[in-house]
Amino acid sequence: MENSTLISIEALKKHFLTPGGRFTALNGIDLTIGKAEFTGVVGPSGSGKTTLLNIIGSLDSPSEGEVVVLGQSIADLNPKQAALLRRSHLGFIFQSYNLLPVYTVFENVEFPLLLLQLDDSKRRKMVMDSLEWLGLTDKAKSKPAQLSGGECQRVAIARAMVKKPEIVLADEPTANLDAANSHHILKTMVQLNKELKTTFIFATHDDKVIGYLRRKISLVDGKVLNDEITNN
Amino acid sequence: MIRFLLKGILRDKQRSLLPVVIVIIGVLLTVFLYCWLRGVLNDSTELNANFNAGHVKIMTAAYAKNIDQTPNDLALIGVDTLLIRLYKEFPEMKWGERIHFGGLIDAPDSRGETRTQGPAAGFGIDLLSGDRSEIRRFNLDKSLRRGRLPVHHGEILMSEEFSAKLKVNPGDTVTLIGSTMNGSMAMYNYTVCGTIVFGTGPMDQGSVIADIEDVRNALDMNNAAGEIVGYLPGNYYDEEKINQVVTRFKRLFPPSNDEYAPVIVTLRQQNNLGKMMDQIKGVGAFAVFIFVLSMSLVLWNAGLLGGLRRYSEFGTRLAIGEDYSHIYKTMIYESVLIGLIGSITGTIIGMLISLYMQDHGLDLSSMMKNATILMPAVFHARITSAAFFIGFIPGLLSTVIGTMLSGIGIYKRKTAQLFKELEA
Repeated sequence: MENSTLISIEALKKHFLTPGGRFTALNGIDLTIGKAEFTGVVGPSGSGKTTLLNIIGSLDSPSEGEVVVLGQSIADLNPKQAALLRRSHLGFIFQSYNLLPVYTVFENVEFPLLLLQLDDSKRRKMVMDSLEWLGLTDKAKSKPAQLSGGECQRVAIARAMVKKPEIVLADEPTANLDAANSHHILKTMVQLNKELKTTFIFATHDDKVIGYLRRKISLVDGKVLNDEITNN
Repeated sequence: MIRFLLKGILRDKQRSLLPVVIVIIGVLLTVFLYCWLRGVLNDSTELNANFNAGHVKIMTAAYAKNIDQTPNDLALIGVDTLLIRLYKEFPEMKWGERIHFGGLIDAPDSRGETRTQGPAAGFGIDLLSGDRSEIRRFNLDKSLRRGRLPVHHGEILMSEEFSAKLKVNPGDTVTLIGSTMNGSMAMYNYTVCGTIVFGTGPMDQGSVIADIEDVRNALDMNNAAGEIVGYLPGNYYDEEKINQVVTRFKRLFPPSNDEYAPVIVTLRQQNNLGKMMDQIKGVGAFAVFIFVLSMSLVLWNAGLLGGLRRYSEFGTRLAIGEDYSHIYKTMIYESVLIGLIGSITGTIIGMLISLYMQDHGLDLSSMMKNATILMPAVFHARITSAAFFIGFIPGLLSTVIGTMLSGIGIYKRKTAQLFKELEA
């Protein structure tokens, strides 16, 4: 555990109604995650990793229990407040990049800053800084369709990091990448974690990612099976 | 942010060009159909008004009662005085005196003996005074097939079909055999100066047209006319203005028991034209309603699909921190923009097509050959004030409603659900 607590989860349960009845995706999770952690929620498909990340990211709400992120209870947030939390403090990295295809790399990275209503010159500097961290300066005017998978994921990381959020949630970020690109991306994220003290939380079952984690939370059938600090 | 969103609309052809094109097509079809139906109604009304009914018609009370028989023995007399009064009291109207008559047209051989005969329905109208109003109303310049229009007294126009039947050509002499106003036999020689084709069955089967003074001479109708027809300026039938004319006329000529007193009837009151106009109007309005409704459904659907197609984009925007209401608002703004651009462009194109069809019309004369009712052969569109905004119902309103409905789906789905659709 490192530094102050950013996320605390108590007795979290999440149920979904399915045609076959009620399905429990998370079944009594207790966790705390601190500042600058490089943590992964690992487990097989259907273990509840993405659901847990969605709730931490205020994209979904708990059925039972309490999830407090940066001092705000997720269950108590209305959609506007949840959007504000995401806009100001959280960054997301997705398996399939989810870049906006009609916009350039620069514009994709700029979008979170537009929501924060920063002025033009400040935005431009922050975007260029972010692109520089990720080695994408020369791709600023390219469209996502002109980039490789690895470059697209780097743009997604730049977009998540541009506002320097406290927490970045990455759901299977290397699933669509080859080994070389995966390692390149992961090294970049480790570096950002160290330099900017950003907390990274991964949902993954990829051994390449697991190899970089400093804390590994194993999830099976919606329960924490193991929570261990690694030697990374 | 607005600039950012505008860039997105302009660059994403599926968000801009495609919906705008769909809206343009829908709106131009709506505008054109509306103008077309208005034109068909107007053409039918105008044809009947020009050839027969006028916007108003003045006759004696007795003539009006037996109008189907065109009883010239009951015609108006002292017409010159009556016309002077009408022009004085109704300066906004154009008046024309007419005599309808029936009879036999006899075509002689070289010895002057009857070669062939045929029944004719004749019109006596003003052809020689220099005022071309009646020539325009009967569209004689364009209807002329052979020969020329009458320029001298004693000349007559004959329908092409009738002349072929009688084997009569321009330059030939024919004799009208009929009855005078007083009931005695009338025989009058005319020189056929030209043949005409109206393109409407009843008019083309056996019509002859001569100057009204010649008909008066033939039928002993000195200073008399069966009917005086009146037209509003611009030749456009306006119910409200016509009713005002009728009211003023009735003040001037109060109803009396004198069966030779002049009475006035409107276009609507003649030959079931009122019923026909109402029916055409009703069918037209229904057709426009159905079309507007179906175009609305198409454009609503386009708006709906446009919104659904972008759920993944909305999921990303929500995750980045945009809130539901902002996304919803931007969707509506986009659809208003697309609806406005599409509706304005569609209305302009629809109006231009309608304007062309208003001037040139669509010639359906080949289909009208055997028609037994007075129907126009060339249908024109007519642009009215409603044509300027009717396209906005499907173009703007439906597009925005479709988008609003698809946008409600964003509220109904949890953000994470949008992501599931996104990841799929």
